[in-house]
Amino acid sequence: MELVEAIILAVLAASTPLLIAATGELVTERSGVLNLGVEGMMIVGAACGFAGAWLTGSIFIGALFGIVAGTMMSLIFALMALGLAVNQVATGLALTILGVGLSGLIGARFVGERITPAVHLSIPGLTDIPLVGRVLFGEDAFVYVSIALVVGVWWFLYRTRAGLILRACGDNHVSAHALGYPVLRIRTFAVMFGGACAGLAGAYLPLAYTPFFIPGMTAGRGWIALALVVFSSWRPGRLVVGAYLFGAVTILQLHAQGWGVGIPSQFMSALPYLATIIVLVMLSRARSGGSTAPAALGTVFVPDR
Amino acid sequence: MQLVLEKRAERSGTIALVSPLLAIGLTIVTMVILFAILGKNPLLALHAYFIAPLTDGYSLQEIAVKATPLVMIAIGLSLCYLANAWNIGAEGQFLIGAVAGSWIAVRTQGTDAGAWVLPAMLVLAAAAGALYALIPAICKVKFGASEILTSLMLVYVADLFLDYLVRGPWRDPHGFNFPTTAEFDPVATVPLLIEGGRLHLGSIIALLVVAAAAILLARTIKGFEIRVVGAAPRAARFGGFNANQLIILTFAVSGALAGLAGIIEVAGPVGHLQPGISPGYGFTAIIVAFLGRLNPVGILIAGLFLALTFIGGEQAQIAMKIPLDVTKVFQGILLFYVLACDSLILYRFKLVSSNRQVPRGAG
Repeated sequence: MELVEAIILAVLAASTPLLIAATGELVTERSGVLNLGVEGMMIVGAACGFAGAWLTGSIFIGALFGIVAGTMMSLIFALMALGLAVNQVATGLALTILGVGLSGLIGARFVGERITPAVHLSIPGLTDIPLVGRVLFGEDAFVYVSIALVVGVWWFLYRTRAGLILRACGDNHVSAHALGYPVLRIRTFAVMFGGACAGLAGAYLPLAYTPFFIPGMTAGRGWIALALVVFSSWRPGRLVVGAYLFGAVTILQLHAQGWGVGIPSQFMSALPYLATIIVLVMLSRARSGGSTAPAALGTVFVPDR
Repeated sequence: MQLVLEKRAERSGTIALVSPLLAIGLTIVTMVILFAILGKNPLLALHAYFIAPLTDGYSLQEIAVKATPLVMIAIGLSLCYLANAWNIGAEGQFLIGAVAGSWIAVRTQGTDAGAWVLPAMLVLAAAAGALYALIPAICKVKFGASEILTSLMLVYVADLFLDYLVRGPWRDPHGFNFPTTAEFDPVATVPLLIEGGRLHLGSIIALLVVAAAAILLARTIKGFEIRVVGAAPRAARFGGFNANQLIILTFAVSGALAGLAGIIEVAGPVGHLQPGISPGYGFTAIIVAFLGRLNPVGILIAGLFLALTFIGGEQAQIAMKIPLDVTKVFQGILLFYVLACDSLILYRFKLVSSNRQVPRGAG
């Protein structure tokens, strides 16, 4: 029982950064923009988030730092890919290369420092319920925020007019433009939302997952988040399933290493990456009839006057 | 008034020529600001980065040594990008090439194996790199899985695999428990061009690769197909060119070149297999490919320039305590400016009055 609870808690913790980053990217992609710079925005969010928390002693301010940093990074992307109509794949790669360098530069003086990690919720009576108590009522704020974020995004995309317009931009920017919607402005906001989420997801790592900063600590989570968006068929509900599945794979391999299964640890560590490839292949294959991706995803749009 | 982009009637040849130079100029201006923020004298820092490495023979050789893998990988990537196939996992193909070639070096260690060892290592490394690159290419062509994500995921897998080998079965028993193989035998080492220097045979191979790519693109039907499929996919379909076949081909070629670069690095400057044999060559090569405008000669020049920043970065760290990460920031900013300046080849800015009547959507 204790073990099951511990595993569920660990899976939630490992899934949360994936879920937050992927939710942001889902909105960006729904508007028709492919931002491959999630890893770069996350790692800068991690460095700035830790810096903020270490300087002020407040996890909340640290998270804000991460959000602002991720948003600033995404604005560079928006300027390039939307303002200057540069190829989105190349721009996203550039953003990741820049982000890795910047985070090393910002985080260098914080390596080796420790902070008090984010506190976990504690409601007397509820948190003590066996098995489900700590899972439901004993998480840190990031976990609850991630759930609220997905629900909010689902509601926005499918239940509001603004969400409908955003999806229209992603499916057919020429028609959306002809109807008078400011396609580039809407996309800029979507990119910024993606950046804010990636920054928050990055900040989660040194603020709640491990209470210290190491360079390169995102370890490809930004790329896995991108794969999750494909996995989800661009639907928030399936994103939750995907994120928790991947969190489970990560925790499973960690536990297997701990139990001393006779497989070298490096092979176990490679599992999440291999799982990503296998899932991408199986999904793409199952979908061979027609793509569920936003129709205008990744295409350049320069409005004619 | 509002600044908007407008498509040019035809691409601007002048801007195509000056845009890489403009990008480098803008990057240097940005770096001056960054150095000032870091509290370093910008002029001294620029000198350490771009001038000092050019003033002594050892550094000049070191630039050529660093440029060798960058140019070889970037040439392969440029073929992919021209054909609109996005291989971003060159780093992994580089590592797998290094591992495959090292296998022969490790197995023949201490035996009286002859001069066939090094050629066999090069061939096996290229084959392994090509096979590793074919995984994302086949996933793309057969199943439609994004080659960007799969090729990138395989970088992490290759990294872990190399780590396993040098910590496990291939670890040097006399290596004080360091994760490294034993030093390769002389027959398994890339020969130096100058006795006692740094320059090795790999740089010659890189030059041959540049020449071969230039001929392929300018003088052969395959090269023409690659350019058409990327630039005008619809026209290519009418022309009967097979885009899928070209994805397979360009991935295989770029994987082979990255694998070759990997074993040349290990059997050359490094001398043994260990983790961290690449300071991100596979990713920096993406910048080299774009800075060189996906043109073989351009890539050669861009590779030398990026190699200069690696060496300059090391010297600036030693001389002025400027963190090594500044080099990565520099490379990232450079790629941004290159892409932005390239945009001006196809588009121009235009001022329009912002009080135009915007029709409102239905509803």
